[in-house]
Amino acid sequence: MYRIKKTDLNALYAAIAKTSGLFIPIRRADEVNFAVWGEGKEVSLETLKTVKSPKNAFFPQTENMMKFKTEGKSVEVVDIRTEDKRPFVVFGVKACDVKAFEVLDRVFLAEPVDTFYQSRRNAITVVSLACSRPEESCFCTAFGIDPTAPEGDVTTWLDGEYLYWRANNQKGEALTEKLASLLEKCGEEAVEAQRSQTKEILKRLPLAALDLSRFKEENLNELFNDPRWAELSEACLGCGACTFVCPTCQCFDIRDFKTNSGVIRYRCWDSCMYSDFTLMAHGNSRTTQMQRYRQRFMHKLVYYPAQNGGLYSCVGCGRCVNKCPQNLNIVKVIKTLGGEKS
Amino acid sequence: MNFDALIPKIGVITDIRKDTHDVKTFRVVGTDGKKPFEHLPGQCAMLSVPGVGEAMFSITSSPTNREYMEFSIKKCGCVTDVLHSMEVGQQIAIRGPYGRNFPVEEEFKGKDLLFIAGGIGLAPLRSVINYVRHYRANYGKIVIVYGARSKDDLVDIDEIKNEWMKEVNTEVYLTIDRAQEGWEGNVGFVPAYVKEIGVDPSMTAVLCGPPVMIKFTLQGLLELGFEKSRVYTTLELRMKCGVGKCGRCNVGDKFVCKDGPVFRMDELDELPDEY
Ligand code: SF4
Ligand code: SF4
Ligand code: FES
Repeated sequence: MYRIKKTDLNALYAAIAKTSGLFIPIRRADEVNFAVWGEGKEVSLETLKTVKSPKNAFFPQTENMMKFKTEGKSVEVVDIRTEDKRPFVVFGVKACDVKAFEVLDRVFLAEPVDTFYQSRRNAITVVSLACSRPEESCFCTAFGIDPTAPEGDVTTWLDGEYLYWRANNQKGEALTEKLASLLEKCGEEAVEAQRSQTKEILKRLPLAALDLSRFKEENLNELFNDPRWAELSEACLGCGACTFVCPTCQCFDIRDFKTNSGVIRYRCWDSCMYSDFTLMAHGNSRTTQMQRYRQRFMHKLVYYPAQNGGLYSCVGCGRCVNKCPQNLNIVKVIKTLGGEKS
Repeated sequence: MNFDALIPKIGVITDIRKDTHDVKTFRVVGTDGKKPFEHLPGQCAMLSVPGVGEAMFSITSSPTNREYMEFSIKKCGCVTDVLHSMEVGQQIAIRGPYGRNFPVEEEFKGKDLLFIAGGIGLAPLRSVINYVRHYRANYGKIVIVYGARSKDDLVDIDEIKNEWMKEVNTEVYLTIDRAQEGWEGNVGFVPAYVKEIGVDPSMTAVLCGPPVMIKFTLQGLLELGFEKSRVYTTLELRMKCGVGKCGRCNVGDKFVCKDGPVFRMDELDELPDEY
């Protein structure tokens, strides 16, 4: 284990930014989000939850995929991807968001591999940050996530005057080596003390007792046909905010954009909450907001786990709990359909 | 740079046949004049018109056709409208093949096969019917029931009359919804006609067509004693990526683009009713 004084963190960021890009929570216009670091930017590692998740580090909100050149009857496909992706460090990722990377990996890296995602993902070193002050809307522990020791290539802890640093694998060690002159060796006592303190807080969180045991493949049709979806979804506006802030939502659209020098085909985030998501020329398989609302949560709690060895596609970050203008969220769904442990 | 499944190649339209007032069949090859890629019966391809968009179509031609691919396409939306206005020689973008095919080798071999199609539903079936005809000795009796709104809506009637009707150990039954001058065949809907013909419930059946047709035909087949585990169909949902990533075609724990479009009726029973 290593440590660095909080007051020296700026030097650490500068050192990282010398050889790679640095993506870190930055405060701008009173909102903290992951953004590219630069001298003078206000880093806010203490912020528990960035408004948007860091998934745009390798799954950007919009991404150009290719270009078509057309002339008369002929069409040419132009590959506009650049050969090598610049290495990037994503710094300060919380346990829930790190887990969400695995959820996305299983989709995009499954055969056939999505090489747009893969090239970015491979270029990224994840430096995670343990949570010491989880709040009421957090429920990552319901999904078996330990916020006091997040996964990632490097794990860090903020405690007292220091940031503590531990490399978890080769990628993490390589980064540690580069920063060796700024890091000092230390013991694990401070980190262990913080971890047990945080664990006490976690036990007292209001959502700690969510019961997920009913959300399994064998109950798929029973949950799908539950009449309570109607009341659960009644107030939903279909605004899609919950899907855009969610670290695991992965649905995208593919569209063409005409420019003066050809047609750009790009992809962009989409939302299963939108009424035209499944619209076809001759019909729509989900015509009501209830169906769309049900799709989002059934996918996270039942369909995705059924396809991925039981891994849920919700990491309990609580963003949709905080952001829904109608106060709807996955917690209400879990409580209503699943119940709580006594 | 690695090949990415989302990046299409160029296809050239080398022939366009007008089948009905709203269906045209497009013949497509790669820029090298060869078939764009290999496929299996029932699989689909994503065709795109740059600037307009992409849409998924079942590949109508049989894999045994070594020279080109064919797509029978009904005019019913942005991409299909533009395709219908195209001329021979036009290039488009094409990627695939996508999805699970009909189990022609694993399950259909040695069996008596019943094909039931309504309207444009013949498109995916044509691929498997012609595959089975190509390896005729490997399969038992073939019964084909095909219905359309009118006699002018039967797609590629020439092939049906000149080839399918002359095939050994093969029966072809055609029907149209309403009586029409110059039509001497059956008049009536597909589900009723299938029951009238009196098909043998030990056959393996494949149904393709509009949802209502599938629903009532299946009901009829079950009454005749068919088992759901030997009745196949194809699903059609909105698709974007074709490779199980964009989330668009998700039904229950399946993606139609990857786990379908071919499903057995007993598999569909397991899925939530949302397709
Ligand atoms: S569903 Fe809500 S709580 Fe779960 S990961 Fe997405 S935003 Fe977070
Ligand atoms: S659940 Fe809330 S945030 Fe999500 S689409 Fe509905 S109203 Fe918007
Ligand atoms: S079309 Fe994208 S998941 Fe099926």
